[in-house]
Amino acid sequence: MTIYIPTPLRTYAGGKDAVEIGAATISEALTSLTSTYPDLRKHLFTNEGKVRAFVNLYLNDEDVRYLPEKENSQVSGKDTLSIIPSIAGGAFAHS
Amino acid sequence: MSALSLTKSVYEAIRAHGEETYPHECCGALLGRPGEHGWLVTDSVRAGNTRTDSAHNRYQIAPIELVRIQRQARENALEIAGFYHSHPDHPAQWSPTDFAEAHWLGCSYVITSVAKGTATVTNSFLLAGTTEEDKRFEQETIQVEDVPGDLHKQALQETTSTKDQR
Repeated sequence: MTIYIPTPLRTYAGGKDAVEIGAATISEALTSLTSTYPDLRKHLFTNEGKVRAFVNLYLNDEDVRYLPEKENSQVSGKDTLSIIPSIAGGAFAHS
Repeated sequence: MSALSLTKSVYEAIRAHGEETYPHECCGALLGRPGEHGWLVTDSVRAGNTRTDSAHNRYQIAPIELVRIQRQARENALEIAGFYHSHPDHPAQWSPTDFAEAHWLGCSYVITSVAKGTATVTNSFLLAGTTEEDKRFEQETIQVEDVPGDLHKQALQETTSTKDQR
């Protein structure tokens, strides 16, 4: 599968905007990605090994959080996984 | 200090977007390439503000929209260089909310103040640092050019010329 790397993380992925990974599940793909590029790990995962709250993962056009098997979903070579940090903000400081 | 280079059409488009959505915040992405002193932005992409519950002082871009914007950038050999939004009747300065929700390290965050429906000041802040723990906003100059990068090239040539004279 192809994993698309967002602009801020390319520095930690050898400058690449996309990485080809052979994996059976999303979880395996992320493990393989962070094994090849260990500096990515702290940007994607918390110390407890969970995907950081502001990091969105999209399998093709589907939010991985809402897939039945989530990160254990099966993937094929044609699938794409987009890593997308969230974008939000606003003038007001309090919620 | 880094410099964000915007084409005149992008500069005008993001300010016009803020006026159109007033009194709500507008938001969108900036596409371009890295330059010598900062991003050279050639395109902007409007995005919907999903914070309909508090659109006058908050914004959020749906992640699926970001996925599509990133795809569009790749197809045009561009990168997501940053994002823009407006502050209706509020200064063009980053807020604690903007900072807390900023995660695109190395990218530019452009804010336009829209006072009573008219775009006034536009500022840009580079999200500097290497991690969530040491990130910080650094104000950068905005260069509006017909062709992005012209001023960068000029500055580079002047630097080279100065060195040659030594």
